Amino acid sequence: MAEVGQFEPVIVGFFCNWCTAAAADLAGTSRMQYPPNIRPIRVMCSGSVDPVYVLRALLGGADGVIIGGCPPGDCHYVSGNYKARRRMAILKTILATVGLEEERVWVRWISAAEGARFSRTMNELTQAIKKLGPNPMKKDWSI
Amino acid sequence: MRGKRIGVFVCHCGLNIAGSVDVVKVIEQISNYPGVTHAEHYIYMCSDPGQEIVRKAIREKNLDGVVMSNCSPSLHEHTFRNLVTSEGLNPYHCEIANIREQCSWPHLADKETATKKAVAITKTVIEKVRRNLALTPMVVPLTKKVLIIGAGIAGMQAAMDIADGGYEVVLVEKTPTIGGHATQLSRTFPTLENITDLVVPVMEKVAAHPNIRLHVYSEVEEISGYVGNFQVSLRQKTSFVDREKCNYCGLCLGSCPVTVPAEFERGLFSRGAIYLPFLQAVPPRPVIDRQSCLHLNGGCCRACQDVCPVQAIDFQQSDTIVEEKVGAIIVATGYELYPGDGTDEYASDADVIDGLQFERLLASSSSTNGEINRPSDGKVPRQVVFIQCVGSRDPEHGVAYCSRVCCMSTAKQAMLYKKAVPDGQAYVFYMDIRSDAKGYEEFVQRVMDEEKVLYLRGKVSRVFRDGEYLKVWGVDTLAGKDVEISADLVVLATAIVPNPGAKDLARKLNIISDSYGFITEAHIKLRPMETLTAGIYLAGVAQWPRDLPDTISSASGAASKILSLFSRKELLHAPTVAVVDAEVCNGCGQCVAVCAYKAIELDARSKVALVNEAVCEGCGACAVTCPSKAVQHKNWTPGQLFEIINVAIDEYV
Repeated sequence: MAEVGQFEPVIVGFFCNWCTAAAADLAGTSRMQYPPNIRPIRVMCSGSVDPVYVLRALLGGADGVIIGGCPPGDCHYVSGNYKARRRMAILKTILATVGLEEERVWVRWISAAEGARFSRTMNELTQAIKKLGPNPMKKDWSI
Repeated sequence: MRGKRIGVFVCHCGLNIAGSVDVVKVIEQISNYPGVTHAEHYIYMCSDPGQEIVRKAIREKNLDGVVMSNCSPSLHEHTFRNLVTSEGLNPYHCEIANIREQCSWPHLADKETATKKAVAITKTVIEKVRRNLALTPMVVPLTKKVLIIGAGIAGMQAAMDIADGGYEVVLVEKTPTIGGHATQLSRTFPTLENITDLVVPVMEKVAAHPNIRLHVYSEVEEISGYVGNFQVSLRQKTSFVDREKCNYCGLCLGSCPVTVPAEFERGLFSRGAIYLPFLQAVPPRPVIDRQSCLHLNGGCCRACQDVCPVQAIDFQQSDTIVEEKVGAIIVATGYELYPGDGTDEYASDADVIDGLQFERLLASSSSTNGEINRPSDGKVPRQVVFIQCVGSRDPEHGVAYCSRVCCMSTAKQAMLYKKAVPDGQAYVFYMDIRSDAKGYEEFVQRVMDEEKVLYLRGKVSRVFRDGEYLKVWGVDTLAGKDVEISADLVVLATAIVPNPGAKDLARKLNIISDSYGFITEAHIKLRPMETLTAGIYLAGVAQWPRDLPDTISSASGAASKILSLFSRKELLHAPTVAVVDAEVCNGCGQCVAVCAYKAIELDARSKVALVNEAVCEGCGACAVTCPSKAVQHKNWTPGQLFEIINVAIDEYV
């Protein structure tokens, strides 16, 4: 239970249907516990995540975004994860110009067999975003 | 556009969801959400009464959108989509909000925040359903012909099962003969049947079957397409022997002046540059090995050509490409033994051999006529040491997994040795005995008790040459003693590894192989015979080490999967594919470049992108790439995602 006043980040997760969403299912089935700050959104492929979606989430006030896809070489759609990797690398270079830390966007490859890695990643991500503090955009919008 | 009338159904799943999510509160939060006409919860939505609740609500409230908040879509998406279809809705107007695996289960201790998360997840899915279009699966043709890659025992069994079912099979084999490694073995465990007697009739049956077309000495060059419609090109390697003219007389075999180690005999014996892998090879047509042939390497030798009575030797022959169209594929590429040196400790010596070499020494079909002679000097070995787990269960020097067949094949080899040399002594160094199938444990006990083979639990630290003998230094961990044996012959139960070509093939087929090169199945427990790519199946050791009965079961399993696929008239292809707005498309071609399936092309005349819906797999990469957003991914549009993101980040308190 979140204590009053404590910062509880909102994190949006775009998880590919074949690997990371399945890993999230496995983590749940194995009753691995992680913080409930993540808002999972199932997409077909990490390569179908438009960088604009990430920007939309961040400009709307999300404190962190994670894109989860199949491990390199194992993309269900051959190469969607490589496309995602390049797009997110470019996106990160422009985040700073709008006053956002690039550490708010994570890209991780978590296979369907890696429930433990999924839950560990959620724990690490939530901790890291808590450390970064609230999305500065939220402050700007509230002026 | 009139907004959809959406019904939301929240499942308790007993206490699986209701234990850490307040389902009543979820209903309260959802029922006033825009577009939600009906919201209801029930203890088990997937049960008959639960499904009746959904049906009744669809009918009475005239719903045209359904959100099921329950377990993962991988479990019940099809259940509820079938349900709404039977009530006259389009299946794509039903979506699953996963509040069990991704909410109630990982947040067991915090009901309040888990409830908030469940509400948020449900709202995101409401937003998806709100803008989902009604879609109809596409009908695609189904070519009822199968490509089987690898003609070992797995490939042959699958080929016969499918061919007997009345469908055509294209059986491709890399080597000059079908049969695979099974043909190299001597006898089976636990019944000691002669394997040649078992396998050769199968080979002949396969070759004679009217529905099976053999392509030996051939490899898969390229594959494109999708389930029901694969386009395959095969490279038929040149054998320099005309397949039409050769009458299998075998005169050429004795004429060749070259001697090189024979692959079939694992180097224990030699063959010529023109050779038959073994006597009962199918087809019994010789091939010329271009690496060792004198003529093909600039020499003037034409010995085989001179002796051939039908002029079948053709040094001008070149590789040919054969095109085939098939509807399904089985990968049965089999195994090799661990190469090189997981075996450093064990001296490289003519009398230190691997299990397959020992099988060749044992095999009655080989040149020793059943008598066991050691390779170095032909002496009958009086002391034989078998070492198990060479390379297996040894992540530092070899592979981490257990090769599964070696415990039994070693026990069998020890027994056959004792039958051939009754006054000899056999020792087996082992880690654990794994004898977990019908009759196996009893067989091992017989080897120990009746044949007096000495089993020593421990590893061998060194094997080295000491004059006439091989000294074996090991340890017996049960007695707590060091052991030194002067052996005539040492047999290593070397680890099984996947065929070295399997990784490349997996890439061509767009299927996944693991870090060792074994092909990964769709689900290790529930879908062990399929790959994640529809229409491609697995058989035998290509997936994981297996002995004969397990290999045959898996091959028959894969065949039955294909027979059930082929029992349909045609196939349905998911309609969530890319679509191009021709008014907006400016013909830049970026979508064409980004498509991994070659599903998009530019229309030559109008310069507008065209999607081949039957080839499109629906990954969505093109929609992201399109600079003018002319390409959209059906039911995964930016409009939907924006609304989903908006509710996902809305008011986290």
